[in-house]
Formats: sequence, structure tokens, C-alpha cells
Amino acid sequence: MAYIKFNNASIDIPVFNANSRSLKNKIIRVASIGKLGNDTSGHIIVKALKNLNFELKNGDKLGLIGSNGAGKSTLLRAISGVYPPTKGKVMIQGNVASLIDISLGIDPEATGRENIFLRGALLGIMKEKMKEMIDEIIEFSDLNEFIDMPVRTYSSGMHLRLAFSVSTIINPEVLIMDEWLSVGDENFKNKADTRLSKLVKSTDILVIASHSSELIKKNCNRVIWLENGEIKMDGNPNEICSLYFQ
Amino acid sequence: MVKSKPSFFHFTSLAFQLALFDTRGLYRRSIIGPFWLTISMGVTAATLGFVFGTLFNAPMEILLPSITAGLIFWGFISNCINEGCSCFIQSEAIIKQLPIPYFVHLMRLCWRQLFILGHNFLVLPLVLFFFGKSLSLLSFLLIPALILVILCLSAVALVLAIVCARYRDLTQIVASIMQVSFYLTPIIWLPSMVPNRAGVNLLELNPFFHFLELLRAPLLGTIPGMTSWIIVILITLVCWGIAIFIFFRFRNRLAYWM
Repeated sequence: MAYIKFNNASIDIPVFNANSRSLKNKIIRVASIGKLGNDTSGHIIVKALKNLNFELKNGDKLGLIGSNGAGKSTLLRAISGVYPPTKGKVMIQGNVASLIDISLGIDPEATGRENIFLRGALLGIMKEKMKEMIDEIIEFSDLNEFIDMPVRTYSSGMHLRLAFSVSTIINPEVLIMDEWLSVGDENFKNKADTRLSKLVKSTDILVIASHSSELIKKNCNRVIWLENGEIKMDGNPNEICSLYFQ
Repeated sequence: MVKSKPSFFHFTSLAFQLALFDTRGLYRRSIIGPFWLTISMGVTAATLGFVFGTLFNAPMEILLPSITAGLIFWGFISNCINEGCSCFIQSEAIIKQLPIPYFVHLMRLCWRQLFILGHNFLVLPLVLFFFGKSLSLLSFLLIPALILVILCLSAVALVLAIVCARYRDLTQIVASIMQVSFYLTPIIWLPSMVPNRAGVNLLELNPFFHFLELLRAPLLGTIPGMTSWIIVILITLVCWGIAIFIFFRFRNRLAYWM
């Protein structure tokens, strides 16, 4: 049972420059309070998300649209539990998996096989469980004998095939994606699309950020249009897409 | 397809696996891998022992084992503290994408340093053997001492990891402090070389002296003083108090500081 609720949630992201990153400057500032008129802290706060209110229940497949910098990625991070809200409340039930950066944790010096275990561990799959699944992963990745070579020797396509094959063995209740993952050559792409579609269908809640109207119409049953960190529209994909993508 | 519900146990084993990976990384493209560290440790200890033994006219069979053990454990202590500063910064990519508990990154650091310590440790029996000595049964005291020191260092590392994520220049400040402490702590010299009583009293104020005393004394055949145990236990309690306070105060901000 997956459930997500944003209750008046806001996220402010501090942007630091070299000055505000410095403890020495901080001490000097505190010590000289009132003596120096200008504030040299250079501490900028970006209001990335403002007072968001929405609820997602089982079966909700949410598409996020909005221009660059509208807060889509921040919202995805908030849903994955990485960014706790600065104000308001966020409630997340069910285990969340993110396919935002599938190459995360891949060590180029380690072999493909070692990386499968490493990436799997980061995704929450125990070593014993992984041992049962590794053959299937290797077969899916089409890497054959390359699986025992260091990843630095891989072409970028092979690298992505490996990352994709491990990252998609999970079966989360909440799935987070940033655009559709399209990986590898024509042959692999078809296989990957099938697996990804299956994953998207089996998950209880899907949240996908995208700039593609077809993708959203095909996979989502609800769309949130973000603008400047606020919800501009929330509702039916066909309706909102026709307004947004004109 | 699997349904995964990571448990506490999963995260502890994740930290262990990541540390194992880090250590295995040292072996890549080099047959003797991290034993380069061991070799350079041995060479440094021998050189320093020779130079200072001659300069201070100190008995080599006491000075050299002491320097070796000192360098080995100083390496461990200072690495834990220095790398503690970059503990979260280095895991930025993971922190910004996966809600993995922060203690995993800290445990990864501790395990990694323990593995490296294990490699470096091999020099000591060799040096002792060279002087016709060996490790005594007292060496088993190293185990509780090491556990206590790790407990303490992980608290220090946690505080530094949090503060350094926000104030990046603290890393350099800490590195300088550790550099200075190296000379203030009896690593390349013996406490008995301190000329007067006042100097010895000053030495008692140096926390690193007590860490080192706990770790080094059992291996060199003496029992660490009770004062050292008490002081290190007190430091550990205070550090964990501070660490827990800072952690719960700022843990919701940490991801934003990356």
C-alpha cells in the first residue's frame, strides 16, 4: 500500500558561494557584528517548491511537466525522501526507488560483476538474493564475457546496459523517473522498453518528469504542471498536455 | 523481481561491502596493492627510528618499536579524523539520490580505515622480531582499546562530517591541526625524553597521547595507565553527546548542503 501526501510543503535550497562556505569568514562575521554594515554572507536561498498540496494513492501514475527550473527535479528528490521539506509536511508510505541516475555507484575500476553487487546493495538487495539473480541480470545486459572486465573498458552503451539491467530488477511500490530511459542499440532498446513498461505497470505509484507529451499521455493518468515551484495545474493528462504543449 | 525492504542489518552490511570495495580498489592494477602502504610505513619507521635514535642517543630496541606502533596507530587516528571531514561530501552523489541513512557513510569510513590498519599492522611483529621480541598476551588488550578508540573517533568524525559539509574550509583547518598534533604527540619521540615534570603534565592534556597510549602500550608489553582509559572514556561520552545533538539538529539540512 503506497501513499504520498504533500501538506503545504515548501523546499528552500540554500546556494552557497565561497564566502558562505568558509568557517573563517563566519567567525569574523559573528565577531564583528554591527561593525561592518554590509552583509557579505552571499547566502542566496532559492525557493524551489512553494506550498505544495497533493495526494497520491495506489494506482496514481503522475506526470510532472514544467519548464527547466520549475522544480521538477526537486520534487522528485522530495518524493524519494532525500530532501526533507523545509516547511510543511511530506508523508511517504511504501518503499521508493528512483531511476533518475542509474549509473550511480558504478565504480569504473571494478568489473561488471562486482558492480552488479555494489549497485544492488545500494538499491537494498542483499548479497544472497543478488547471487540468485545475477545470471539473469548478466544475460539481460548482453555483456557476455565483458562482465568480468573492468567497467572502464566498456563503451558508453555497454555501461548504460549494465546500469539499466541492475537498476530495473527492483519492484518498488513507488517508482520515480526523470524521462524515459532509452538505452543501447535497437535490439536492446526493445527489450529494455518491455522491461521498463512492465516495471511501470506493476508499481503502485509512478512519478515521472518529462518533456514529452506522448510519454505522459501513454503512461500517466494524472499530470501536475509546475511553474516557479508552484502547482499551476493538476488534473487529467490530455487536458493539461494540450494546454502545456501548444 | 524483488520486493526490498532494507533493514538495519542490510545497511550495516552495505557499509561493510562499500568499505570492502574501497579497499579492493587499492589492489587494482597493482599486485601488492595496499601493501605499498605497509612498505612505506616500514621504511618511514625505520628511517625515523634511525635518525632520532642517533640524535637523541636513545636505545634503538625501545625507540624503533615505539615509533613503528606509533606511526601505525597515528595513521589510523589521523585518517579517521581527516577523512571524517570529507565523509559526507564524498558521498554527495549517493546522499542526493538515495535516502540511505547517514550512519552508513560513517561506518564505511571506519571499516575502510580498519582494513588499512590491518595491512599496516603487519610491520610491527616484523620490527619486534628484528629485536628478538614478540607480541605478548597483553596484546589482547588492544581489542577493547581499539573498540573504545573507534567509538570515540566515529563521534568526532560524525561531528566533522556534518560541520565540514556546511563549512568546507574546516577540512584544511583540521588537516593543519592534525599535522601539528603529530609533533606534539609522542610518536617519533618517547615520553621519557621530556626533560621536566611540567612537560609531562602538558602531555597529559593531549587527548591523542591517551588514544595512542591505549593502543600502543599493550603491544609493547605494558598495561595502559588507568588515567588514559578514564580520559578516553570521558572524551568518548562527551563527543557522542555533541555528535548526537548536532546530528539531530541538522540532519534535515544535510542534503541541502551538498
